[in-house]
Amino acid sequence: MRRGFGFKNRCLATAAAILAICGLLWGAPTGHAQAAKKPIVVGVVLPMTGPVAAYGQMCWLGMQIAHDMEPTVLGRPVKLVLADNKSDNVEAANATSRLLKKEGAIAILGPATSGRALAVAPLAEKAQRPVISPTATNPLVTQGKKYAFRVCFIDPFQGKVAARYAYHKLGARKAAVLIDVAQDYCVGLGNFFMREFKKLGGKIVAQVKCNTGDQDFSAQLGTVKESGADLLYLPNYYTEDALVARQAKELGLKISMLSGDGAQAPELVKIGGKAVEGFAFTAHFHPAGVKGTLAGQFKSIYDKMKRAGKIKEDLTGFHALGADTYLVLLDAIKRSGSIEGPKLRAALAATEGFEGVSGEINIGPDGNAIKSAIILKVFKGKFAYVTTMNP
Amino acid sequence: MDGAQLTQQIINGLTLGSLYGLIAIGYTMVYGILRLINFAHGDVLMVGCYIAWFAAVQFGLPWWVALMGSMVLTALLGVIIDQGAYRPLRRAPRISALITAIGVSFLLENLGLVIFGGRPKAFARPEVFNQIYEWGGVRVLSLSIWVPILTAVILAGLLLIIYRTRVGMAMRALSRDMVTVQLMGVDTNRIVAITFALGSALAAAGGVFWAMKYPQINPLMGILPGLKAFVAAVLGGIGNVVGAMIGGLLLGMAEILLVAWLPELAGYRDALAFVLLIGILIFKPTGIIGQELPE
Repeated sequence: MRRGFGFKNRCLATAAAILAICGLLWGAPTGHAQAAKKPIVVGVVLPMTGPVAAYGQMCWLGMQIAHDMEPTVLGRPVKLVLADNKSDNVEAANATSRLLKKEGAIAILGPATSGRALAVAPLAEKAQRPVISPTATNPLVTQGKKYAFRVCFIDPFQGKVAARYAYHKLGARKAAVLIDVAQDYCVGLGNFFMREFKKLGGKIVAQVKCNTGDQDFSAQLGTVKESGADLLYLPNYYTEDALVARQAKELGLKISMLSGDGAQAPELVKIGGKAVEGFAFTAHFHPAGVKGTLAGQFKSIYDKMKRAGKIKEDLTGFHALGADTYLVLLDAIKRSGSIEGPKLRAALAATEGFEGVSGEINIGPDGNAIKSAIILKVFKGKFAYVTTMNP
Repeated sequence: MDGAQLTQQIINGLTLGSLYGLIAIGYTMVYGILRLINFAHGDVLMVGCYIAWFAAVQFGLPWWVALMGSMVLTALLGVIIDQGAYRPLRRAPRISALITAIGVSFLLENLGLVIFGGRPKAFARPEVFNQIYEWGGVRVLSLSIWVPILTAVILAGLLLIIYRTRVGMAMRALSRDMVTVQLMGVDTNRIVAITFALGSALAAAGGVFWAMKYPQINPLMGILPGLKAFVAAVLGGIGNVVGAMIGGLLLGMAEILLVAWLPELAGYRDALAFVLLIGILIFKPTGIIGQELPE
């Protein structure tokens, strides 16, 4: 992936410099009173552009709403500083070091995908400041790390749930798997699915690969068709999922399709059209399952913005989990009464029974949240709830 | 793999290949005349797609109006790029223009991100191209039949312009010696502008059909088709429009058959294109039907 100019950043930097000078002049007479109100900076690293931009934009919207709900902590305002990782590992690492070193961020929220989260975690680890991912589900993201956290379930569980749903509910016995080999998430999830599906007594009859950004899947789908599979498991991102579904229909491949949490973006239906009707996937959240005060408050703000035309899409897991990273961090700051990395880490690792937007969140010392998964299905162009699968 | 399966894969290859070819024609034409590898070709294609998207999806115009409008406006963009970026470098070493082309490519991509946003937009496929024909288990999308036909028409039109008109004669002369042509009283800037307009219009056409086949567009969508078209153009012999078509078909076929026969190597599909590029540059730099350069 090519790198951009950083023009926007330069503009921002100039603007920030001007603001800083104005601030100095303005704040000079009051002195210490102003210093006490200095905002707490929280860095946000999300894919706002590139192949998985939808995740970043949805998470960011969720975080902003959560920030509006609770804009201050410990008597100080919280400032969210967003950096685009362009869906790219190198950009994600650069953005994170900038936020940690230049902006003085006390913690990082994001990235949305496992590959990027894996690139960011070592930097947070070194700086001893927590990084909380909304939706990076690969187990390696937090494994062996003290400062890496997430508010979502992990892929060994997600893959298992998908395999059980495929085997028991869809009655699939011969599965074909199409994996995007450029993404840690897709490779991991695909393997966990296959392991469990075989354990249940099913057979993997075809295993085909693609790359993020591929647009033509006709050759892979030809292999799938030839294998006589009764299910296609494709734990990839939404654009690929939508294109695969369309091309499968064009090639006359009429089998059930099952994907992972990466499919829950409006683009799946917009690009997939009629071809994604019946397309099922494991997910974190569905608006119908909202319970608790914070979640209710969040949903009513979201609905109000949607009615006002500020938001055009339905509430998804990415919005909810984006909001939860912020709320969980604030909860940890409140409980520890501190913004220092090691204390925040201890508080985050002791998060118990926190009622977030996406449901109850318990974070263990390993940094992972223990949560149930749901199955969603595209029905008449909307994501419809099918069932809940518990750990 | 049985007969029907193999036929299906060959048809898949031809479909992809003809799209590569269609995009490569514009690429190679600009090179043939100006000796400039226009790396921004893929990004011009992207802009063409967005113009067509606005026309067809936002304003509800029929697809052929959207296509024509997109070709005209993208041609204009090509002329503007030439005037702004390449014209001041006309006398500079070729490498300067090449680097500028990469700069233009970045500029278009990032402008696209700022203006259109990073999330993909769904592109509509007109009903004419959405029919599916089936013979003995082999399925063909009507778009896959139309693309080669349209490409042939465009190719014929282009050859007609290059070999049967005065402008075409000036283009051919210009490709040999720009200074002498200028001394003969030809307005070279006008000829170069026409070349860019044609090349960009072809990029728009290629892009619109690409987007109809793979119905999503985003600001970075031009990168890969652009690179693949470049490989196709070199494969066929850069500068040769017929060669570009052949190169495109070969590349598309090679990619599909690689994935079909060696599924475990599917992740290396993009690498295959570049391995082919390196191979052809080592063993036959003039491409399959390119002529030996006099230099």
